[in-house]
Amino acid sequence: MTCRGWIKFRSVAALTVVVALGTAAIAAAQPQSGIVRPTYEPPKPSLKLGEQLYAGNCSTCHGIAGAGITRGRLGAGHVLGEGPPLRNVGAQGADFYLRMGFMPLRNIYSQPGPQRTRVLFTNKEIESMVMYVASLGHGPGIPHPDPAKGNLSTGLQLFTDHCAGCHQVLARGGFVTGALVPPLQTLTDRQIAQAVRIGPYLMPRFSPKQISNAQLDSIIKYVQWTNRPDNRGGWGIGNVGPIPEGLVAWWIAAPLLLIACALIGRRFKRS
Amino acid sequence: MIDPVRDPVRFIDERTSAAPLIKKAMRYLFPDHWSFLLGEVVLYSFIVLIATGIYLTLFFVPSTAHTIYHGPYKPLDGQTVSDAYKSAVNLSFSVKAGLLMRQTHHWAADVFIAAMAMHLMRVFFTGAFRKPRELIWLIGLLLLFTSLLEGYLGYSLVDDLLSGMGLAIGYGVGLSIPVIGGPMTLAIFGAPFPGKPEFWSRMFITHVLLIPLLLAVLIGLHLSLVAARHHTQFKESARHTERRVVGLPTFPAQTPRSIALLLFTAAVLFLLGGLIQINPIWQWGPFEPWLATNGAQPDWYLGWLIGALRLMPSFDVTVGHFTLVPNPFWGGVLFPLFVLAVLAAFPWVERRLTGDRRVHNLADRPRNAPNRTAFGVAFLSWVFLIFVFGAADRIFVLWGLSYDTQLFMFRIGIWVVPLVLFFVVRRVCRELRAADLLEEDQERAERAVAQREGAVRAGT
Ligand code: HEC
Ligand code: HEC
Repeated sequence: MTCRGWIKFRSVAALTVVVALGTAAIAAAQPQSGIVRPTYEPPKPSLKLGEQLYAGNCSTCHGIAGAGITRGRLGAGHVLGEGPPLRNVGAQGADFYLRMGFMPLRNIYSQPGPQRTRVLFTNKEIESMVMYVASLGHGPGIPHPDPAKGNLSTGLQLFTDHCAGCHQVLARGGFVTGALVPPLQTLTDRQIAQAVRIGPYLMPRFSPKQISNAQLDSIIKYVQWTNRPDNRGGWGIGNVGPIPEGLVAWWIAAPLLLIACALIGRRFKRS
Repeated sequence: MIDPVRDPVRFIDERTSAAPLIKKAMRYLFPDHWSFLLGEVVLYSFIVLIATGIYLTLFFVPSTAHTIYHGPYKPLDGQTVSDAYKSAVNLSFSVKAGLLMRQTHHWAADVFIAAMAMHLMRVFFTGAFRKPRELIWLIGLLLLFTSLLEGYLGYSLVDDLLSGMGLAIGYGVGLSIPVIGGPMTLAIFGAPFPGKPEFWSRMFITHVLLIPLLLAVLIGLHLSLVAARHHTQFKESARHTERRVVGLPTFPAQTPRSIALLLFTAAVLFLLGGLIQINPIWQWGPFEPWLATNGAQPDWYLGWLIGALRLMPSFDVTVGHFTLVPNPFWGGVLFPLFVLAVLAAFPWVERRLTGDRRVHNLADRPRNAPNRTAFGVAFLSWVFLIFVFGAADRIFVLWGLSYDTQLFMFRIGIWVVPLVLFFVVRRVCRELRAADLLEEDQERAERAVAQREGAVRAGT
């Protein structure tokens, strides 16, 4: 099953399960309490450590050796397990989901979409698990974008074409049916590249045919530029357009003018 | 000897005989209450709008012809854009004081309509629209709604991503008007969206000449009628009656006030224009019909229409396979027309309901007209809640209250909240009035006692 098809299936399955099991199931799908670690961790990242961490933290949902679990069932720690297969997500997928703090998922039913928590693993542990997940199949490796080679203007153009409809033209985020779209101001180049290639949750995935690696460099350059856009007009009030502008009109300009009216229009003393 | 003051004055007066008129104007009495200055703020914002707008027309190119942008703004370098967009970006980057003028113009528009809304509330809640001032009220409403259109055209002209999306919505709303909508909208746009190049010329002349002229004429009429029927005034003392005007003459009392307010309004607008960024079109990029950005919004004064479009349950009126009334009609056309109709009819409706057909020159305190005040607050809250829902997506992003939850809450809230407010406000007004009456009674009684004591003392 493709990732996208799987998610559709998952939503339907999830709904059925919720309806069937009622609130009890939701209560069972509470956050996993902490992270399971082997008693001894080697000083360097290793496949072995990755395997152990995977077995302890991921297999409840992703199954043995990344086989995936299609129908929710209660696993270790009473976590309702359900997750897509990881055979072919490769280092790219594992690295992205782990470093963004998506995995281990807290709650497979969270609305309006999977919720990110803190990154709970150390760098060494992440590298180990990435090694392990990569070893499960033939997935793509971690991308190495080079935005310095990109072009800002092409970046804006491509971003407006492909991304702004969801992420807002200055990448300030927003809402689309079924998901909150995150702002993109605090990400590394690599994370942006991975997101574009993976297409987390509702986001479409863009293949190198749709967006070439060179174009991706430009997009990343533009996205990073939005951290400090050219606010030559003064205070940028969030760079999201007319809503804050209206607030300024009503909460700064209008009170000032009202005060002016009250002061200027103060009554003359009458005897 | 030539007298530098008297001679020119005499010269003019002998040829115009304007002196009596001017004298009359100088002696016009203004009511001495701050809330009467709100209308002046509207006028002064309009003046700033005209002044900054003229400056912008010196540099703006109202054309959608394509050109390539090369300039200081790197993210646009080498992109194909329209002349209109390029000239607006250049105004913001290269033209001396261009950005200041652009931003001040836009802030002035936002404040112009905000001040108009406040002025309208003052007039409404003090009953200043009553006989003999209904015409002034109607012209005011016309001013307000014409200004909404003017603002919309203003930011649409720029041809950036936001304005293009706004035009697309406007086009859809235009098409949704039953029967005449299609032909009318096509006639205006010249062709299906985004329309013919002539559409830009049409918007431009409408924005910079036709509507400003109309606004100026309407403002002139509005003010002449105010002068002819005179301002209302509060009953602050026994001297203020329905038939006697008490106030301050134009000169010397009101003139310095007005000049100060003009300067202050201009100062606020230019400060905003210089310090707070508004509509950074270079950041939005140029518009093409297939492009969109998340969370696009109109300027605040059209936000209530977006709210209505979003709140309206999605249904069309169909006859067979023919869609007679497409959905955008309800929120985009019917709703604003309904609000306009309610406001316009209000003086007559109130007269009918209260049976009060007299001439009123004294303004009510809001508490003294509990039903009107309660209705006004309820109606305002209805429009306001619909307005707030226009920003539901941002509310979701900021506070995590899901869109569907909000939709549900607002669909109920816009009916329940006004209803509750109506009764609460009416009650509060009545209590306040009762307290006032009690106080008056007490004072009268004390005065009577004092008088009697005085009399007794005099008698002994
Ligand atoms: C509570 C269940 C749960 C746990 C525990 C969990 N996952 Fe997941 N995982 C999911 C679900 C559900 C998805 C699909 C969600 C989505 O699309 O965002 C997913 C998606 C992923 C993906 C992306 C799959 C793809 O097709 O792109 C990766 C990689 C991943 N998880 C790795 C991990 C790793 C590594 C761990 C252990 C640290 C882990 N997950 C723990 C439920 C879980
Ligand atoms: C259909 C809407 C949509 C489009 C189009 C889209 N995204 Fe996304 N994007 C999302 C959503 C929704 C998420 C959050 C996914 C999640 O919660 O797992 C996301 C997440 C991301 C993330 C991860 C950020 C984070 O904090 O989780 C990046 C980076 C990103 N998108 C970049 C892009 C880029 C670059 C493009 C254009 C090539 C793009 N997106 C196009 C909807 C979209």
